Amino acid sequence: MTDPVIRISDMNKWFGTFHVLRDINLQVAAGEKIVICGPSGSGKSTLIRCLNRLEQHQEGVIEVEGVSLDGSVKNLESIRSNVGMVFQQFNLFPHMSVLENCTLAPIWVRQKTKQQAEALARQFLERVRIPDQADKYPGQLSGGQQQRVAIARALCMNPDIMLFDEPTSALDPEMIKEVLDVMVELAEDGMTMLCVTHEMGFARQVADRVIFMDEGEIVEENAPEAFFSNPQNERTKMFLSQVLSH
Amino acid sequence: MSAKTWTPKPARPAPANTVGFVGWARENLFTTKLDSALTLLCAALIIYVLDVGLGWAIVDASFSGDDRNACLKPVQGACWPFIDAKFGQFIYGRYPEMERWRVDWVFALGLLGLVPLLMPTVGFKRANVIFMLGFYPMFSFFMLTGGSFGLAAVDTSDWGGLLVTLVVAVTGIVGSLPLGILLALGRRSDLPIVRALCVGFIEIFRGVPLITVLFMASVMLPLFLPDGVNFDKLMRCLIGVALFASAYMAEVVRGGLQAIPKGQYEAAAALGLGYWKTTRLIILPQALKLVIPGIVNTFIGLFKDTTLVLIVGLFDLLGIVQLHFTDSTWATPETHITGYAFAAFVFWVFCFAMSRYSIFMEKHLSTDPNQ
Amino acid sequence: MQVLVLAAVLGAMAWLVGNVQSNLERQNINSGFGFLSERAGFGINQTLIAYTEDDSFGRVLAVGLLNTLLVSALGIFFATLLGFSLGVARLSRNWLISKIAMVYIEIFRNVPLLLQIMFWYFGVLRNLPSPRQAVSIGDAIFMSNRGFVVLWLEASAGAFWYGLAALGLVIGGIWLRRRAANAQITTGQATRVWRPLLGLAVALFGGAALMAGVPFALDVPHLKGFNFRGGLTVIPEFVALLLALSLYTAAFIAEIVRAGINSVSKGQREASAALGLPESVALRLVVIPQALRVIIPPLTSQYLNLTKNSSLAVAIAYPDIVSVLAGTTLSQVGQALEIIFITMMIYLSLSLLTSWAMNRYNQRMAFVGNNT
Repeated sequence: MTDPVIRISDMNKWFGTFHVLRDINLQVAAGEKIVICGPSGSGKSTLIRCLNRLEQHQEGVIEVEGVSLDGSVKNLESIRSNVGMVFQQFNLFPHMSVLENCTLAPIWVRQKTKQQAEALARQFLERVRIPDQADKYPGQLSGGQQQRVAIARALCMNPDIMLFDEPTSALDPEMIKEVLDVMVELAEDGMTMLCVTHEMGFARQVADRVIFMDEGEIVEENAPEAFFSNPQNERTKMFLSQVLSH
Repeated sequence: MSAKTWTPKPARPAPANTVGFVGWARENLFTTKLDSALTLLCAALIIYVLDVGLGWAIVDASFSGDDRNACLKPVQGACWPFIDAKFGQFIYGRYPEMERWRVDWVFALGLLGLVPLLMPTVGFKRANVIFMLGFYPMFSFFMLTGGSFGLAAVDTSDWGGLLVTLVVAVTGIVGSLPLGILLALGRRSDLPIVRALCVGFIEIFRGVPLITVLFMASVMLPLFLPDGVNFDKLMRCLIGVALFASAYMAEVVRGGLQAIPKGQYEAAAALGLGYWKTTRLIILPQALKLVIPGIVNTFIGLFKDTTLVLIVGLFDLLGIVQLHFTDSTWATPETHITGYAFAAFVFWVFCFAMSRYSIFMEKHLSTDPNQ
Repeated sequence: MQVLVLAAVLGAMAWLVGNVQSNLERQNINSGFGFLSERAGFGINQTLIAYTEDDSFGRVLAVGLLNTLLVSALGIFFATLLGFSLGVARLSRNWLISKIAMVYIEIFRNVPLLLQIMFWYFGVLRNLPSPRQAVSIGDAIFMSNRGFVVLWLEASAGAFWYGLAALGLVIGGIWLRRRAANAQITTGQATRVWRPLLGLAVALFGGAALMAGVPFALDVPHLKGFNFRGGLTVIPEFVALLLALSLYTAAFIAEIVRAGINSVSKGQREASAALGLPESVALRLVVIPQALRVIIPPLTSQYLNLTKNSSLAVAIAYPDIVSVLAGTTLSQVGQALEIIFITMMIYLSLSLLTSWAMNRYNQRMAFVGNNT
């Protein structure tokens, strides 16, 4: 295994007195795709939000591309600009057009000219298959389209790592596929991805590793084949039977 | 093959410096160096304000005495004996001392009816409303004005202080409610003339300051009435205040009417109910419940605005305090500030309590499963 | 039904008008607006335009209106400044700052404005020592029970060039800022604005000095007899009214600002942070534009409230429109109907103008997608 791009060791996090993440150890290699699943409240979202320090951990070490994320980190913004994130609720900027959403960060963080940023944005909007919506406002798009814009917006920063926080949970069923298709394509291009999702089909198709979390711990991790056909824990079995039964 | 059973790791307590008072202080007071500096600055400010405030209100204040001589120390704080001596005046105005029990009865009965009315969990709302809107106003009217049932007549020009403040505010809000509801319904009416009249009334009264309405009521109202018909000053003010408040009330009620889903109107129409029946039985009960916080907020505004009646010559709480500054028995450099502090405190207690109630009702309504 | 309502309203109006006519006749009161051109015959202690006792009531109206506008405009300025600071402070991560802002808001908005006006006027300003013992700040501001006297610049004719220079500087500054923002977008380079701005200022004011020399003289207040001479005198009525209006309205504005900023979801900040946008850029381009949409409509109605509340001037005899018209003029002329009508119409047109502008604004905002 080459040098991991993400290294988490003995990481613990509390919300006040509540112990949300317990002794997390995880390494992610470049180009690896990881799917994290688990019941709600298991800490999976919190875990990936720690990776760009939207949440702060209290114990242990998190290293992203060799830089340790702790209170002393100087260039948090540059780390964040290399780690793209897609949220459950899209979080597009409603007062900006789709194009402006995508060009904002390249202009203000990457110091691109407006022309360069727009060319880049149009290229990625093409890739998420909505090139013709560039001048609309987020409120005029469907949920699936909004989430694809959000993916394009993150990609415009040319990130090395993409984090997905339940990207399809807020979508109507018929729109889930259009978002997943974009994510599969992205995976095939070799992006390093960490994805919190309940879409087990997606996990089977693209994941290198599936991680199951409960009560703030990593209960089990395995290649998808083994994970689905032969779970090692009772807890995992139970969870899978609940998720896969429908 | 058998699967392992998994037992979760026991939760550990968080690191000591992130919880408890230390953790809280680190998180909320001393996050960064700048924060720490600001915190210390704020602490200094608080200590300074408390020092000045308490020094004036307690340490350097006078608490007993019969005239100004009690409040003429070289370093003089508040002159509380002034409030003590004038307290009766501040509450009742020049209402004859022998008859003040009548005011007390009105206050007490009002409180008795109001408290269960304001508590959402207490039942008998219907009976309570009828009591408060039907019996209570009549009772208060006869009690306060007298002249019948063997009670001595008390002219309204002798009323004053908190009594006038409450009478003006409560009458204003109660009077504005029916008018406001009619105006709100009119503004949403399909009849263009009715709508135009209501919009005109609402926009005019919301567009001008209350003081001009009070001037109008006190100076112009007599001109509008036929020769020989006249109201006393208090009555004229009450009319002005009620008209003014009804425009604001109309907008509050309109907000409630807009919040009622269209399905309610359609369902009522499907049952064959006409406009007035739909409005009275289906729409208004729901809409009025929704706007309770809005009504309370309007009342807070009105309560503060009652002070304006002093400009047209009535003596509400502020007016009567102001009036007693001219009493040479109590002329000291601190009399003004002490009087204003007292009046401000009374107004503040009322307004603050009501604003908390409004917030409470808002939360209650948004979580009430019956909504 | 409509006809019935209309008939009732018209009937009531006719009855009222009839009453008014007979009452006016009986009391021998003139009617019409002719009084506006008659000699007023009373003095006013704060006039922004030239005014003497010999001027007409029409002029009185103009003086009063300008005084209303002056105190309202300044009140709006200070209330906005303080209100925004308090609103932001209320949301501060620092618990102490947030609580101090809360205590301020809860105190000032729950005490009647009129009481606050009277407190500042009768309780504080009128309690100041006489001019001979005036409290001074660095010999530039003197505070006494006759008002504030402030060090002032006396300008002569050449000051025009300086005004021109200042105007040029403002326009130049806006232009430079625009250019810098454009440069950021087209070349990706952030440029500093203040250096060229400083150069521009030196050039412009240097030019003005060459043209006109120094056309200013310091007007230093000094005690003469029982009062001050020189300087700019601000009457205590104005100070009290301005102070009370600003402090009171600021409490309401603070709550509006707080609600506006809170209305921007946490996700918006998180998305900005996740993209690597610096906090200041996120605030300027993401949070504030969205918050302003929520803030501006209620803020406008607070501005309107402040303007209407400035009519409480009558309680301390600051010569605003209500005070000089519905107060002094009414007591001299006695034509209540016309005078109250004029007063109301002035406020009404201000209100309608504002709500018209607000509706335009809301329509425009509704057009630019309002969904999240």
